[in-house]
Order: sequence, then structure tokens, then C-alpha cells
Amino acid sequence: MVRNVFDSVASKYDLMNDAMSLGIHRLWKDDFVSSLKPGRRGPMKCIDVAGGTGDIALRILDYARETYADRETSVAVVDINGQMLKEGYRRFKKTMYHNTPQVSFHEGNAQELSKETFPDNTFDLYTIAFGIRNCTSIPMVLQEAHRVLKPGGTFACLEFSKVTNPLLGSLYDQYSFSVIPLLGTILAGDRESYQYLVESIRRFPSQPEFARMIQDAGFSTGGLFEGKGGAWRDLWGGVACIHTGVKL
Amino acid sequence: MSACYKTPLRSSIRAQRVFPSTILRTVLRRSVASKPVYEGHIPLNALENAFLAVGSAVMSLADPRRGDMIAALGETTAGPALPRLRDLMLENAEGRQILKDRPRVNSHTVDMDALARLPEGTFGRAYVTWLERCGVTPDTREPVHYIDDPELAYVMQRYRECHDFYHCICNLPVNVSSELALKFFEFVNLGLPVAGISAAFGHLRLSWPQRQRLFAEYVPWALKCGSSARSMITVYWEKRWEQSVQEMKKELGIWDPPEAKWPKALSEAKAAAAKRAAVPSHGESQSHVV
Repeated sequence: MVRNVFDSVASKYDLMNDAMSLGIHRLWKDDFVSSLKPGRRGPMKCIDVAGGTGDIALRILDYARETYADRETSVAVVDINGQMLKEGYRRFKKTMYHNTPQVSFHEGNAQELSKETFPDNTFDLYTIAFGIRNCTSIPMVLQEAHRVLKPGGTFACLEFSKVTNPLLGSLYDQYSFSVIPLLGTILAGDRESYQYLVESIRRFPSQPEFARMIQDAGFSTGGLFEGKGGAWRDLWGGVACIHTGVKL
Repeated sequence: MSACYKTPLRSSIRAQRVFPSTILRTVLRRSVASKPVYEGHIPLNALENAFLAVGSAVMSLADPRRGDMIAALGETTAGPALPRLRDLMLENAEGRQILKDRPRVNSHTVDMDALARLPEGTFGRAYVTWLERCGVTPDTREPVHYIDDPELAYVMQRYRECHDFYHCICNLPVNVSSELALKFFEFVNLGLPVAGISAAFGHLRLSWPQRQRLFAEYVPWALKCGSSARSMITVYWEKRWEQSVQEMKKELGIWDPPEAKWPKALSEAKAAAAKRAAVPSHGESQSHVV
């Protein structure tokens, strides 16, 4: 079902993201990647899951290149949906990374990554941005992430989360349930897919619950609180949130 | 045969007297969206309705191929026009029958082959010829989503599905100029705001010569004919297949607009229709293929 939703949203995905978040998703993704500092300790092998249109992969490669003059860091972009990967491939064709070993595209399921293409203990960085809420079994995704990461590798997840401030929360709810499906109707001619997206955000576990799930998968995280030293960091009051963990 | 129907213009003036208080009442009542009451119903509160109205207006102009956006614009801006049309239908016997039967127009409910076999000069035959000439089918109409009252939703659906009948009886093809001429006609005949909005902005997409022709020849025809003709929403088209087109036009008060450019010549369409009439059994099975 998720695959079908993303078939229909693929071509307008970036337009819809800009319209729905008023461009703010770009700030969130910039913050996410720069806080990870890819390339700081030398070239990294990264895997970006549910990364279809390549937003995060491109930022990782650009950051490594611009900050550390690193042209050896590579990102494997994995997505369950072929249409989304095609969009990502098209975007990368406009960059200098096309046809280089720095980027590769793979169709696959985050809950069950192919053991031939993605053997155990391969990657230094695993990222998943705005994708994990669409997966049926979050624990399975976390287990796979744990499997493919090297010991000492980082797991990082950017996702919509629970807003704690009640005023912001009610404004956000109004916006999500009224404006977003209508934007989907107007821009993409598709109300159902965007209704689904809004509902999937509401179903996602809260920040402490998700942090506990990450710990259960075998990652070492910060304390179960927000901010410096904590397992997560809220963006815009909890509208989005960055969870990180390290494989021991 | 000529019963006394209120002309559309007089009724719209009556409606304007209640317009401001109706808006206030509607906005207060619709601050929260209701539950769906028919299949495909998407209830909207007043703010969402306004948002969709503006958004669909912009999108319709930006991409006129988005039929769903023009449909949404019609529904979000309908306001008091739909109850007025429903009341017009209730005031005459034919309109009441339509509201009772709630007929739908698509290739399942309309037997195209039977219509093609009707004699030349009948409305049914003219309709099939028109479909052939323009290369369209009656199946592309978006269902109604944003009207809360099921009966008014039907009136909106009926308006949308009868649009092709208006084309046929006014002898207009489906190019942009003819569609705009028909929007002017519909606006003065039915009073739907979306017809007025399309008429007011649709011509921006035309070239200068086309626009000049539209306003010099078609618009005067549309305004005169539309305002004096009987309200099109009260016509039970499906019961008039065998009626002569000339007689129907006289009864409804319609006369032909200036000659337009057709995609297919009349002779071509007639030849195709004759071929279909000559092979009835093959045609029969074709009409049941979904």
C-alpha cells in the first residue's frame, strides 16, 4: 500500500514537500546532515534508506566535499519504490556525482535489506529521513540498520514527531488535517495519499518511545531526554525530530 | 405547451436580496466540517472551502486540463445558486420528475447505438452525431465531492453531466472559444458563479483575434439567448430523444450561434454513424463492454 501511495506522489514529491512545509523541510534536512558531519573522520560509507528522491544523499556528499574536500565518501540510496528512485536518479544526473562510485541506487525493503548487496558491518552511517513512519515494522528496520552498520557506526533518523506545546500542537493539527489534504487535492489531484501521510505522522510513536525502540535494537543512545546529551533533538517544537544512536 | 417558467434573471434578483444574511448564516453553521453523507462526499468547513475555492481557481487558470479543479471551483463557489436551481426544478413538472428519478448520464445509462438508429433531425441522433464530431464521450465528468446536501449534490452532478447536451442543442463544438461562449450562456441561464468566473477569466488564454471574435459575435448571442431561454436545468433530456431538434429549440427558446470550427466535418460523423447503424449486433455487444 505504501508503494502505491508513493507511486502516485513520486513526480510531485518535491513540490508537495515545499508546499506543505513552506520550504521548511529544507532547513530540517540541512540541520540533520550538518549535525552528523559526514566526512569529519575521513571518507565514510553511508546508506540512506527510504531516500528515494536523494535529498539526504546529495546533502551528505556536498557536505563532505565542501567542508572536508572529501570525494571518497559514498552513499547507497535505498528505496522500496522504483518511481521515487527514478526521481532521485534524475536529480543526481544534474550533479557531479552522476556515474561516479559516490552514489548508487537500490530498490529494496528497509525491513529486509539484501544480504548480498548489503552485508553485515558495512556502513559507517545509516540515515533515514521521513521514511521510517511508512514502514510496517519499525523494530525490523532498526534491526536491519543495526546489522549493516559497522561497530561504532551511527544511526540517524529524521522524522515527524509529537508536538508537546499545546498551542503549537492545535495549530499544527488544524494545518495537517485541513490544509495538507487540500494542498494534495490542488497540487497533485490526490487527496487520499496526503490524508494517508498526515495519519501516518499521528500514528508514529512519541520521542521517548521511539528512543527506547532504538535502544532495544542494540544501539547506544543518549539519555531519555531531549537536547544535549539526550537521545533526540526536537526541531520546531517537535514537529520534526532527530534521533541518533551508535552501534556498540 | 408553454407553461409559465420564471426567467432565470428575475429569480437571481430575488436571490440577491437574501445573499448577505445567507452567507453569514452559512459561515457560522459551517465552522466545523460535518460527516460524509454520500459516496465521495468530502465535508469541508468554511475556511477549508474558501482555501479550496482560491486554490482551485488559481490551478484552473494555470492548468486548464485539470477538470477536477474546475469541478472543485464550481462546488466551492456554488453558494445559494444550487438551492435556487433546485427550487426552479421543483416549480415545474419536468424538473420535479428529474429530481425524483435522479437520472445519470454516462455510456452505461445512455444507449448510444439506439440513439444512432433514430431518424435524422431528432435530438438523440443529433447528440450522437455531436459526440462523434467532437470525439468525446459522456464518461469524463468528475463526481461531486464538496456539496453537503445530497439533493443539491445531485443538482450539481446533473448540471455537469448535461453540459454536453447544452453544447449539442446550441450547436457548439468543444474548442476553447465555444466552451467560453457556453459558459456565458450558462451563467445567464443558470446563475452558477463558476460559469461566471470561467467566463470572466477563461478568455485570457485566447489569442487576440479569437478573443475579439468571442466578444463581438459569441457573447452577445450567449447573453441574449441564455437569458431569454428556459432554465436548462429543468429539461429532462433523456425523455426527449425522439423529439425534433428544431421543435425543441423553439420550445426552449434557443437559436444557433455564429458558425464555429469543428474538429470533424459533419459528413465524416454521419458516415461513421451510418456504419454503426448498419451493424447493430456488433454494436450491441460493444456497448456492454466495460
